[in-house]
Amino acid sequence: MEHLFGALPGAVSLGLIWGIMAIGVYITFKILAISDLTVDGSICTGAAVCTMLMTAGVDPWVSMLCATLAGGLCGLVTGLLHTVLDIPAILAGILTQLALWSINLKIMGQANRPLSARNFPVIITQMKTEEAIFTLVLIAGAIIGLLYWFFGTELGCSIRATGCNINMSRAQGINTELNKVLGLMISNGLVALSGALLAQYQGFADVNMGRGAIVIGLAAIVIGETAFAKIARNFAVRLCGVLLGGVIYYVVYQVIVFLGIDTDLLKMLSAVVVAIFLGVPNLKKKYFSKVSKKRAKEAGENA
Amino acid sequence: MLEIKNISKTFNAGTINEKRALKNVSLTLNDGDFVTVIGGNGAGKSTLLNAICGTWRVDEGEIIIDGKDVTLTAEHKRAKYLGRVFQDPMMGTAADMEIQENLALAKRRGKKRGLGWGISKNEREEYRELLATLGLGLEDRMTSKVGLLSGGQRQAVTLLMAAMAEPKLLLLDEHTAALDPKTAEKVLEITEEIVNKNHLTTLMITHNMRDAIKHGNRLIMMHEGRVIVDVCGEEKKNLTVEDLLEMFNRASGKEFASDRAMLS
Repeated sequence: MEHLFGALPGAVSLGLIWGIMAIGVYITFKILAISDLTVDGSICTGAAVCTMLMTAGVDPWVSMLCATLAGGLCGLVTGLLHTVLDIPAILAGILTQLALWSINLKIMGQANRPLSARNFPVIITQMKTEEAIFTLVLIAGAIIGLLYWFFGTELGCSIRATGCNINMSRAQGINTELNKVLGLMISNGLVALSGALLAQYQGFADVNMGRGAIVIGLAAIVIGETAFAKIARNFAVRLCGVLLGGVIYYVVYQVIVFLGIDTDLLKMLSAVVVAIFLGVPNLKKKYFSKVSKKRAKEAGENA
Repeated sequence: MLEIKNISKTFNAGTINEKRALKNVSLTLNDGDFVTVIGGNGAGKSTLLNAICGTWRVDEGEIIIDGKDVTLTAEHKRAKYLGRVFQDPMMGTAADMEIQENLALAKRRGKKRGLGWGISKNEREEYRELLATLGLGLEDRMTSKVGLLSGGQRQAVTLLMAAMAEPKLLLLDEHTAALDPKTAEKVLEITEEIVNKNHLTTLMITHNMRDAIKHGNRLIMMHEGRVIVDVCGEEKKNLTVEDLLEMFNRASGKEFASDRAMLS
């Protein structure tokens, strides 16, 4: 039990890092209604860029900014593939993601790179989890504040409208293609930022660190939405819910590890959990509509 | 106000599903015209509207709005000249956004959308008054999500939105077809009010012949991608449904074949 509680601060900080990533995913998945698979690659791009710059002696904050911009560039590529070349969004994301695997290898020069807290001025490290949690909460708070402001602006509103009703948006003179590209850039910028944080926290960047990232992001979103469905009407509160969704995910992960379940199974479990959360509302609509309930009742009475 | 010169559009050209939806259609709308458009299914009414909106480019011809050639202009850029209401009440508004946010989106049609607030304080007051003119009580539900409104309420809000930002042309694509008769009548009433108040040049598609006669100062009938009847002024005022059917038979050489239109 002691082991479990000892591991909790680590789980919370990891959860916060992935929660920031999930907020990025939220922008495409929920606001733009696009399933963007670029993130599996762009999270590693962020980590790689940050690691290489910091190794070269660049200030950590500048490195993180560059990582964020690199992520935005990944989003730009997916956005252009989707809007200019009319490739379905999901496929455009897969193409970028695949290309990023090579690019990430080239950025790092090898499959993984150390970023030791002993040699570099990292802003968070798993050696000091309490400090890391404090720093991460501040960063996440700033991001949520910034997004809350942005999606309340004219441009932000038009991006929300684009995701909500594309026909109406065009009829109201909104450049929907541009907005999709912008949304993808912001989303992947945040994802890359979380990658940069993750590399500092765990002390290395690895070319495989993004595998399945989209599923973890979606898991955080569905957990956050389910847990905070009742109170989360305000946009900022909903983003906080997503952030906490990431934390809950990693705390549960830690408990599973503590219970001794084979960690090789965790990715499968994550996929199952996300499938259930995404699928159940649809099943409800299909089989538990008023008509089917009525029919079921009639069938029961006749029997 | 609107000049359409000889436009044609063929869908799925060169395939077995080839459909010549518009065949050399020409039409000129004068400032302040309120034109009703009728015709059977597949006559090209909605295609004509979509051509004006720029949903796709026409194969041939020119489209000129308020003296500007917009034939090659992108849909979202053309939108600044146009107010649109769709047949599907779900299509004209963003369901997950507040009523006031939807109005604010429409108010910025044709303008640059920057980093100023999406909706300002003064606007709220303006929208409250605007919504009150509908008489549907929506002025007290400004922060409700549009998705919570009924089809008729949504069409009314869409009409308000379409009339905002001073459009050169109001395009109504069977905007009452999905509503029950009573609501449809109310929405048409609101349409008349908005058109008169803003002096809007209007093109209204309807499948209801009586509505087509009752509203507007000019009526055109389409058939197989062509305009076959075009009447205005006194002649239009004195039309009856029987006259229209007779005109259709004479112009097309066929019996009018849309049950939906005839029964209305």
